[in-house]
Parts: sequence; C-alpha cells; structure tokens
Amino acid sequence: MLELITFSTLNGVLYGMLLFMMASGLTLIFSMMGVLNFAHASFYMIGAYFGFEISRRIGFWPGFIVAPLLVGAIGALVERYGLRRVHKYGHVAELLFTFGLAFIIEELVQMFWGKLPVDYRVPPSLDFVAFRLFDTTYPAYRMFMLATAVAMFVFLFLVLKRTRVGLIIQAALTHPSMVAMLGHDVPRVFMAVFGVGAALAGLAGVIAGPALVTQPSMAALLGPILFVVIVVGGLGSLAGAFVASLLIGLVQTFAVAINASLADVIGPSADIFGDLGRVTVAQIAPVIPYLLLVLVLVFRPTGLLGNRES
Amino acid sequence: MRNSVVGLAMLAGVALAPVLVASPTVAQEMVKLGYIDPLSGGGASVGEIGLKHFQFLAEELNAAGGLAGKKVEIVPFDNKTNPQESVVQAQKAIDQGIRLLTQGNGSSNAAAISEFVTKYNDRNPGKEAIYFNYAAIDPILTNDKCSYWHFRWDASTDIKMAALSNFMKDRPNIKKVYLINQDYSFGQGMRKVSNEMIKAKRPDIQIVGDELHPLLKITDFAPYIAKIKASGADSVVTGNWGQDIALLLKAAADAGLQVDWYTYYAGGAGGPTAIKQTGLSHRVFDVTEGNANDAPEAAQKFETAFRARYGGVTVWYPRAVNQMRMVAKAAKDAGSVEPKAIAAKLEDMRFPLFDGGEGWMRKDDHQLFQPMYIRSFGPLDAGKKFDEEGTGWGWKVQGTVKAEDTIVPTTCKMERPK
Repeated sequence: MLELITFSTLNGVLYGMLLFMMASGLTLIFSMMGVLNFAHASFYMIGAYFGFEISRRIGFWPGFIVAPLLVGAIGALVERYGLRRVHKYGHVAELLFTFGLAFIIEELVQMFWGKLPVDYRVPPSLDFVAFRLFDTTYPAYRMFMLATAVAMFVFLFLVLKRTRVGLIIQAALTHPSMVAMLGHDVPRVFMAVFGVGAALAGLAGVIAGPALVTQPSMAALLGPILFVVIVVGGLGSLAGAFVASLLIGLVQTFAVAINASLADVIGPSADIFGDLGRVTVAQIAPVIPYLLLVLVLVFRPTGLLGNRES
Repeated sequence: MRNSVVGLAMLAGVALAPVLVASPTVAQEMVKLGYIDPLSGGGASVGEIGLKHFQFLAEELNAAGGLAGKKVEIVPFDNKTNPQESVVQAQKAIDQGIRLLTQGNGSSNAAAISEFVTKYNDRNPGKEAIYFNYAAIDPILTNDKCSYWHFRWDASTDIKMAALSNFMKDRPNIKKVYLINQDYSFGQGMRKVSNEMIKAKRPDIQIVGDELHPLLKITDFAPYIAKIKASGADSVVTGNWGQDIALLLKAAADAGLQVDWYTYYAGGAGGPTAIKQTGLSHRVFDVTEGNANDAPEAAQKFETAFRARYGGVTVWYPRAVNQMRMVAKAAKDAGSVEPKAIAAKLEDMRFPLFDGGEGWMRKDDHQLFQPMYIRSFGPLDAGKKFDEEGTGWGWKVQGTVKAEDTIVPTTCKMERPK
C-alpha cells in the first residue's frame, strides 16, 4: 500500500508539473489578451518534434536548449503576424484563429513526420535507474523531467515577482489598459509573453516526448486537460495554475489506483444507479478532471485562486 | 470537349493496340478493395502497417493474374478508430463504387461496418457489398450479431483465450493473475472470457486485478504499473493492442516490473522494443496464427521480401495473407468479383494456409478455423532468421493448437440471400 501511495504520488506530481509547464503559459496569455489559445498544446507538440529532429541529428542536449527557443520564436511570430492582425476583429476572431492554427499545425506535423509515432528516445546519459524503492525502479529520466519542471517554475516565479518585466506583466494581467496608458508597449509585452508561453510549452514537449509518445495526436490528447487546469486554478492566476496542475495530476493518478465503486460504498442500494453503481473509480479516472471543471464553474466560477471576474 | 476526349482515347487505343496484344495486363479492368482502418491517432501505428500488408498482397495477386482476371487496387480510408467514422468511410467507399471492404482494428468499428453493410445490401439487391474482417475478434461478430456479408479470418477472442488458458493451465508458477484491458467491446469481452476460462481451468489461480482503461488515449501507464506491482501479481493477461500494449510494456520496463505476460498482441509496433528493455526473456507470450521463424519456406520467403520492402516491418497479419488468397480463390472459382458470388464460394472453403495446415471457413458463422500458436519472445535461437524491430530477439513457438481443437459453438442464425 505504501509503495502504491509513494509511486502514485511521484507519478502524479510529475504529470502535474508537466501540465503546469503548459498551463502557466496558457493562463498568462489568456489573462493578458483575453484569448483562450487553442493552439497552445500544438506548441507542446512542435517542441517534441523539434526535440526529436535535433536529437536525431546532433543530440538530445542541443535539442533541449534549441528546440524551446525555436518554438518560442514561432510563437512570437504567430502573435506578431497572426493574432495581432486578427485582434481588431475581436476575441471571437482571435479564438477562431488559434482554433484553425491548431489544425494546421497538426496537419503540417503529419506531412513532415508522418502519422505514426516517431522514435524519440531517452538520451543514453539519462537512461539508467535513479533509485529503487520497495523493489520498484524509478527511471532517472523521470527525475530529470521533474527537476526541469521545478527549475522552470522557480525561474518563472522569480521573473514575475522579482523583476521589472514581471512587474509590468503582472500589472497587465489585471489592468491592461492602465499599463498601456503609462506608456508601456503593451503589444510588445503581448508578443513576449506569447513567445515565452510557447517556449515553455515547447520545453515541456522536448522533455515529455521521449517519456510519453511523440505523435500527431499528442496535442489533441492534452489540450482539453489544459483548459481544465487553467479554469480550475483561476484564469490568470499562476499560483492557481500551479495548484490545479498538481491537483489534477494527483487526482488522475490516484483515481487509477482506486478500485472502489459506488456499490462498495453504499451497498446493494447502488443498484438504483444501474451499471453506474458498479463502475470503479479507476474506470472513470479520465472523466474526473472534467467533473472537477463543472463543479468549480458551478460553485466557484473564478477558480480556486482566481480573482478576475472577466 | 467530351468528343475530343473520346477521340483522343480512341487514337491512343489505336496506337496502343500492338502493345495490348503483347501484354494483356494493360487492358485489365480494375477491382478496388476499400481498406477502412485507423490511419491517424493512437491506432495509426497498426493501421498503417495493415495497409502495407494489403498493398503488398495486391501486388502479389496482380502478378498472378489478379482477382478473377481483374487488377486489384487498395483504396485506404481513415476511420480514426471510431465506429461512426467507420460507417461514414464505408459509405464513402461504396459511393465510389467499391464493394469489397476490409477492416480489422477495433471490434466496435467492425460491428458498425458489419451492420451497415448488411443493411445496405438489404436495400440494394444486386449491388451488394462484402466485408472481409482480418482482425476484429469480438465473438459477437460471429454469434448474436453475425451477418452473411461478414467473413472473419482472425480467431475470435474465445478461441484465442481457450488456447492461451490451456497453455497457462500447465504452468504451475502462475498463482496471481492481473487482467488489464481496453474499455470497449473487445476489451470487455476479453475480460469476461479470461475470467471464466482461467477460473474454470485453474481454480487455484487468484485474479488479483481486473482493470479496464480508456482505449488508445493513455500515454503514461506508470500509474497502472504501480497498481499491478502493488497487487502482487506474478502474471498479467491483456488483450491490449496498438500503442496500448507498447506503452504498457514500456512503463513496465521503466518500473522494473518482473511478471509473466500473456498477451494477444505483444508483437505490435513498439512491443518487441519494450520487451527487450524489460529483459523478460521468454516471459512475454502471445497467441497468433503463425510464426515466421517456424513457417514453411514459402512463408519465410514472403516474410523476407516484405521486410526488405518496408524497412524491416514484420508480417503481423498472416491472416491477411490467408484472407486475400482465399478471396482470390473464391473469385477465380466463381469467375466473378461480385460480392454475392465471392461470398457463396467462401462459405465452407478449405484452404492451405500461409503458415501451414488447413483453414476452414465455417458456413454457419463465417469464422475461419486455423491452427493457433503460442509464442514467447527472447534471444533468437541459432539458425533462426527473423528478429523483431532490430532487437536481436525473436518469437519462438511454445505450443500449438490444432485447427480442429479451436472449434467453438456458435449461436449465429444468419439471414441468407435468396
């Protein structure tokens, strides 16, 4: 039992941190520009494919550095020459733009790399067992993923809380028009935030690619969960995104481990629910985040830590 | 405009006439086979390779005169592993005049196509379509939901589990078994038969876990592996296919899980690489209708040519070979590629199989009965040619079940055309 709890916690935290790497950018972009970026998970996918392509040619480590930068540059270009032009037609146009972009990116990825998963491998330097606990091994690469995610969180936190740039971004989160009034180049801040957000998603892709599967459907699989994270956490709240990412990571992992069904809890009277009474928590694990989304929207529309009412 | 096109065609015809005499194949009519399987998403890794099988087989058939003298062309349709999409694609194929259909991945898709084809044929007598199923193995397709227009070349879940559980019966080291399957028609059926058969044949075996997970959506099986580990299981039984088996084995390798695996599809894309990584030599088993390393010479030649052509991709579907060859024989015997004529000839056909032995297409339910093999995966024995995915490990036959021992009863009462 202790073993199951330990490893479920580790796996849950890891998954949560991975979610956070993407959700952080998404929530910042949303709160600044008022746009739910549907293409955000696509940047994660591009990151994974770039990482794969570079690691196959030069090595994993150059890819680890270069791929996120490339993805960030693409993100900045998308903002500068795409979103900014669409901006004057309102939020709906921007939303549709990112929606279309997600499909275009998926098709492009399929054209370049095919529809099959690519063979993106864990680098040999990290391909060993990190530790052994209760006779179960834990791969070093997963520890590396965790460390990267934590490092990124610390970095982001310091930039936002301790630097002048962070100050402007924070101000733009809550009072975008006032920041512009003060003479800051808000469009450039937007472009930078969009670029950094894309780069973070790209970095998540680079490190998640070898551990999970690098394939054209990876964006579509992850996208919906990201929206759950930022809504549950509270739109625009970085701390909220952090808490929600970990919460959803842990909930999903632990739900898999629970075999109890409604019938086990309330006895034979669960039969009034029909088959639903006998479905185990493990089986409904994939639905739980969405259930959480609905509950949060009903009982706390601003999210766990959000305070903006927009 | 049309006149000039016709004129041109006639001119070309005159010009080509001497060539036509020399090689009659140029003038051959075409017959198209619609291949409806996942070509995107989580099922794409198997769907793409299935397509290669059929393209390769079409070439083989065409070199030998095609289907009743007509050249075969394979037309791929992507069903995205989705029953609704399968029906849309089947309709699309029929709209294009394609009346021979094949599909294999996902019994839920197979049931949808079988039902669609049956209804279509009721409404369109004289223009029937026919559905060749090379891999969807939910027993219901040849029992309660059987159809005259559906033929199955793969052994159904109950046949495979009967073979696998007979093999497990004689392995005393199995004490605690964990079941993990995909949450859809096939996975649920698999869970049911494995529970029943294991309990019937080895009442002493304890089933310590019985898991269903979402189909082709999970990218990290680590939480499931932690659960298997915690259950104390010594063996895992799974019907997972596509990325669901490859990723499950990969997560097991990462966690260093030391159990025996009894699977249907461990040989699929990524599976062998992951098994090698676990280091579980000859502890991962699968059940299938052939094994390249022990196959007759003709099949080994086919395997070599197929691998050379597609960069090392393995012949996963000896059943697809049997399917196309039997369909070709049926078309030849009937002298026609009309689905109705092919169906009539396929019924009760006996045919020498790709991997040796004889197959029998039972008339009652259109299920092919064939010898089955239990294989294990490990370092290649000396003199064996075929490894998998460049691992240096290959499959070895551990047990054989004769075709007559795989025959299971059916509840099928199909409506036959008048």
